[in-house]
Amino acid sequence: MSATAKIALRGVTKSFGPKKVLQGIDLDVAPGESMVVIGGSGSGKSVLLKCILGLMAPDHGSITVDGEETVGFNDRNRARVMRKFGMLFQGGALFDSLRVWENVAFGPIQSDGMKADEAREVAVAKLGAVGLGREIGELFPSELSGGMQKRVALARAIAREPEIIFFDEPTTGLDPIMADVINDLIVKCVSDLGATAISITHDMASARKIGHRIGMLYEGRLIWQGPVTDIDRSGNAHVDQFIHGRAEGPIRMQVRKL
Amino acid sequence: MNIPLLTVLGRMSLAFLEATGAVTAFAFHAVRQAVQPPYYRRQIVSQMLEIGYYSLPVVGLTAIFTGMVLALQSYTGFARFSAESAIPNVVVVSLTRELGPVLASLMVAGRIGAAIAAEIGTMRVTEQIDALTTLSTDPFKYLVAPRLIAGIVTLPILVLVADIIGILGGFLVGVYKLDFNDAAYLRNTIDFLQFQDVFSGLVKAAVFGFLITLMGCYHGYTSKGGAQGVGMATTNAVVSASILIFTFNYFITEAFFAR
Repeated sequence: MSATAKIALRGVTKSFGPKKVLQGIDLDVAPGESMVVIGGSGSGKSVLLKCILGLMAPDHGSITVDGEETVGFNDRNRARVMRKFGMLFQGGALFDSLRVWENVAFGPIQSDGMKADEAREVAVAKLGAVGLGREIGELFPSELSGGMQKRVALARAIAREPEIIFFDEPTTGLDPIMADVINDLIVKCVSDLGATAISITHDMASARKIGHRIGMLYEGRLIWQGPVTDIDRSGNAHVDQFIHGRAEGPIRMQVRKL
Repeated sequence: MNIPLLTVLGRMSLAFLEATGAVTAFAFHAVRQAVQPPYYRRQIVSQMLEIGYYSLPVVGLTAIFTGMVLALQSYTGFARFSAESAIPNVVVVSLTRELGPVLASLMVAGRIGAAIAAEIGTMRVTEQIDALTTLSTDPFKYLVAPRLIAGIVTLPILVLVADIIGILGGFLVGVYKLDFNDAAYLRNTIDFLQFQDVFSGLVKAAVFGFLITLMGCYHGYTSKGGAQGVGMATTNAVVSASILIFTFNYFITEAFFAR
């Protein structure tokens, strides 16, 4: 599979002091595939995404994008590869000093050199694609609800029509209806762009809706991966406990006695 | 008994060296990014307005009262030796060489150093800096370089304005309170003033502008841990910039005036 993989990881490790966050991750994501990585808080999901994006350097291992090794890239090569990526951050990470349309048009203007007027129309179109009107573009992010911020962040992630999109906890902090709206938008945007997607979440409803394939990260290792349709018969006790949200099972939470 | 003390001193020395190395590496990377294109002109102009124009009131007030107090204090001291005529000379030299650049920079460190650390620190903890990277925009070029350039360019202008306002403060006290002849006060001021007095003050201002913005950017960029981390970054930016201003002030003074 690695010969045709859009993104391939081999033996990726990452530690922070004595804490081993990633312990030899092997992962292939095919072009056009939507991969969802599930796992509890602190299991290393965000670190995994940041290593692929180059926001953190892995301690060991290989990360290739379209067959090109990206570990150890210099700033110029990193910026070139970043052109392929779009990212929806957990908290939106919208630039609070810029208006909504400027946030969405940021990549086209600053990185692609698009004229402001043209980029503004692109921003309005992308806002429309996530169900937001032109008038929203004139507001600042602090004037929007959490769900609207997520939609703006999604519009920014797709503004440059990336080949690869990452979604970091896309439904966290949203009510169930808004979460489903965001899930639908993610499916639509990824499908329209024909993009490859990696999402990290612990929301199983979201994982089932947006993913073609699911992998579970536990204690820095991918302990199971397979098609989304197989998740309910994974045969893995850790996966079963996680997807059913049971307190009892092999995954023990560190809880102090009162 | 001495061993724990040595251990503590050793750890403190290592921590100091580590911090110095980290700041130096940050500064080199920032300067390299500042001199290489692309340049974010809109960001540079916006930072110049923020650092320079909007600091004018606070710097102006500091300067005028400093000049006024300087004239008044000099009079109470010099009157004992019948050397009142030296007051314009003392005011102009003290302001242009030392008080203008140092006090203006300290005010800017409090206002701008803290604001830079808070803004960039908040961007760090809310992943806005990571978002810049994913949008193929180098955070050093977009956030750090414009602030450094604006600091280096605008601080000398601010200090020049502070010098003029401070001298005006001394003039007002000299003429309207101490009964100096206005023409004689001005002639004394101009005759005594040398190019090097003003120039050394402007060089100091440029260096202090670099240090203030560098400390703000460094502490903001490396902040972590949410609101508490941003708060610490803000405090550290102001404290470290203030200490560096006093330290570099001595070395620049020695470079210009030591015989």
